[in-house]
Amino acid sequence: MRKLAWLAVAAIAVIGAGAANAQQTPRKGGTLRMTAPYAASFGSLDPHVTPRAQDDIVGKALQRSLYNWDTAANKLSLELAKSVSVSADGLTYTYKLRDDAFFHNGRKMTADDVISSFTRIMDGSKGYPGARYVRLIKGAVDVEKGTAKEISGLKKIDDFTLEMTITDRVDPGYYFFGGSTAILPKEEFEKGNYASNPVGLGPFKFKEHIPGSRVSMERFDKFYKTGQPYLDKLEVLIMAEAAARDVAFRNKEIDTSILGPAQYVAYRADPQLSKGILEVAEMFTRSMHMNLGSIKPFQDKRVRQAINYAINADLIISRLAKDKAYRATSWLPSSAASFDKTMKPYPYDPEKAKKLLAEAGFPNGFEFEWTTSQNESWGLPIVEAVIPMLARVGIKAKPKLVEVTVLTEILMKGDHQALISSSLTGPDSLATLRCYYSKTPRTACNYTGFNNAEFDKLLDAAAQEGDLAKRDEILKKANNLLYEEAPVWFFNYNKAVLAFQPWVHGLQPNPTEITHQYPENIWVDASSPAK
Amino acid sequence: MLLVLGRRLANIIPTMLAVVALVFLLFSVLPGSFISGMNEDGRSTIDPAVMERMRKEMGLDDPLIERFAKYVAATATGDLGISFRTREPVTKMLAGRIWPSLKLVLAAMTFAILVGVTLGFLAALKPGSLIDTAAMVGAISGLSLSQFWFGLMLMYLFALKLQWLPSFGYGDGGLRNLILPAIALGVGPMALLARTTRAAVLDVLNADFVRTARSKGMSERRVVEWHVLRNALVLVITIVGLQFGSLMGQAVVVEKLFAWPGVGSLMVDSVFQRDMPTVQGCILMIVLFFLVINTLVDLAYVVIDPRIRYR
Repeated sequence: MRKLAWLAVAAIAVIGAGAANAQQTPRKGGTLRMTAPYAASFGSLDPHVTPRAQDDIVGKALQRSLYNWDTAANKLSLELAKSVSVSADGLTYTYKLRDDAFFHNGRKMTADDVISSFTRIMDGSKGYPGARYVRLIKGAVDVEKGTAKEISGLKKIDDFTLEMTITDRVDPGYYFFGGSTAILPKEEFEKGNYASNPVGLGPFKFKEHIPGSRVSMERFDKFYKTGQPYLDKLEVLIMAEAAARDVAFRNKEIDTSILGPAQYVAYRADPQLSKGILEVAEMFTRSMHMNLGSIKPFQDKRVRQAINYAINADLIISRLAKDKAYRATSWLPSSAASFDKTMKPYPYDPEKAKKLLAEAGFPNGFEFEWTTSQNESWGLPIVEAVIPMLARVGIKAKPKLVEVTVLTEILMKGDHQALISSSLTGPDSLATLRCYYSKTPRTACNYTGFNNAEFDKLLDAAAQEGDLAKRDEILKKANNLLYEEAPVWFFNYNKAVLAFQPWVHGLQPNPTEITHQYPENIWVDASSPAK
Repeated sequence: MLLVLGRRLANIIPTMLAVVALVFLLFSVLPGSFISGMNEDGRSTIDPAVMERMRKEMGLDDPLIERFAKYVAATATGDLGISFRTREPVTKMLAGRIWPSLKLVLAAMTFAILVGVTLGFLAALKPGSLIDTAAMVGAISGLSLSQFWFGLMLMYLFALKLQWLPSFGYGDGGLRNLILPAIALGVGPMALLARTTRAAVLDVLNADFVRTARSKGMSERRVVEWHVLRNALVLVITIVGLQFGSLMGQAVVVEKLFAWPGVGSLMVDSVFQRDMPTVQGCILMIVLFFLVINTLVDLAYVVIDPRIRYR
């Protein structure tokens, strides 16, 4: 009897495991309805024209670049090449390109396509956003200036072997994984109407674009990853309004939806909806930039540290951001390889803040103007919550409200004393930390006017280091130094939250941008209502 | 009639020129630029060298007067420029948005006229009755409702609860997707029309010629059909014309809420991105629509009331 009972238990366990496996076996077919939440339209379906996150949502389905972001491993991986070898000086990369990658027009990709795509991006008369990345290749600047027609650092060895010589010892993967450096077929972009009929190497081919409404795509059967994509159709629906997205998601009209703080609370509290929430610490750091040259107090490290001690960031994250953020410990996000996991954020300690202010010669505090936008997660609501905390230690902050579109311009001109904003801080830690390198101009990203010889030395050393693990260690030290110097108030890292329907599988918590899903990995089970 | 049409069309030209100048100057002094708009709330970074190239390519460094002269000259030939954001001709972008916008505006106006004029008329025929009170309470509510809130409530009721209609989107461009945004957009004009129709009909009902018609022994139905309706229509058509003309501009909120691909949502997006050529194109389109509708309304007066003559 006892044996029988054990057999029954074992049988149930096997059946259960089988069911679980069946659930995890990707199903072919079906339609996925993703949403594009950042604007009421797409900028362009020509990836070289646009640097926008909104446009790259579609780009990930239609296009492919030399590298991609492997979310599972949290690092870059080769996408259009099978292998790469690097020269001893770390400046020449030889790629063995895939010989099984086809464009949607049926033609096989070759090294010529990489060369023609990068040459197009460097067309100096066009100002393509991806030029900032391709400029890394030797001779690219000459093409941009119009003094050369070909990029000398790109050499075709044979159809599927490409040699690339770069000018800095950096990982080119960080430069060539985004949509703005996608590889396109020359014969298609030369037609002049590429954005109306995009042809790429992605897992889905273009079917229809209704501007301001949606982009529809269908499976590309010659996609190079065997058996993928799983879906028959992919629709990316433009839905800029969060409240409308909420209704549509609950009504099962869409399969994924980005959540704001208000919806995040509601979805977490709902027993059903809470089962379909994907969260990730995105590589965006929200901070208050102190313009070190603007007022005397900001020039003193102790004052800047005092500001970090005086603000109860945890309270703001919990009450105002509704826990839809992770406390920022430093400039680099916690998902960066160069992030020091032993670091702790500045604790809330107003007494220490007062002491530091007194030591710096400001026992009675000081006054500064704080430029902000209306943004709910890193704008005026946050500033208003911080003002009384700073007042407690004697610092008077006067908010100055501007439109969000103006923020970058103010930062570039240095027309601010302090300014709160969100900054892209990954995945390339070296490029991210270069925003505090003394030779980096304010127009590039040194918005605080930071100048520290020790920091520069560390960054120079990191740039020279060919061993990536050792480089990460150096960058870790640089990031820790930045924490100590505190040119910004470290507020939070964005917690991106993607709600998904129970029939959707294979979504990836991509820390570079959660809406950027590699759709070949996604599948829907039979319970999906989408036709 | 042709003379009236000619004069009205001739008036459109200076009005459009003034609008072109105003919009151009306004957006030239507005802080922020297209290039900083590319930053997308900190989601993207901008390279200063690329910025320089883009400014040069788009002529943003040219003197204001020169840019304005070029813009006016190009606009006169029907060339509204190239969008900063999409690098496509603005005329092409607008062409894709006009039909969805027109469809939405026509549907909203149809709803407003059918419901508003009917309610106003019935309310005026029986002043003080239950139907009058209900219609006027409805009208005042309709006028005070926020399009955004009302649209959400429609979504909640008809999509989420009753599952009758889709909550958003353009779908295949058919009626199912059109109904909710059209009602959300049309509820304001509907309420205004209900109130205006009621007042106009009440006015006419008390006029001398109506009393005379009744005293001649004309049936009440004939009095209403022949005298009241026709005379009240002049005022109602004025309101219809004004509302119809301005509805394309008012559709911004509804288009964004329902993800409807019209001119309004394109304009809002372009304003936030500081895509000046597209904003200017959208505004010109909306103003032109308003002027054309008003011209048509002017012509309609002459047809409805032969006493009206334009000099």
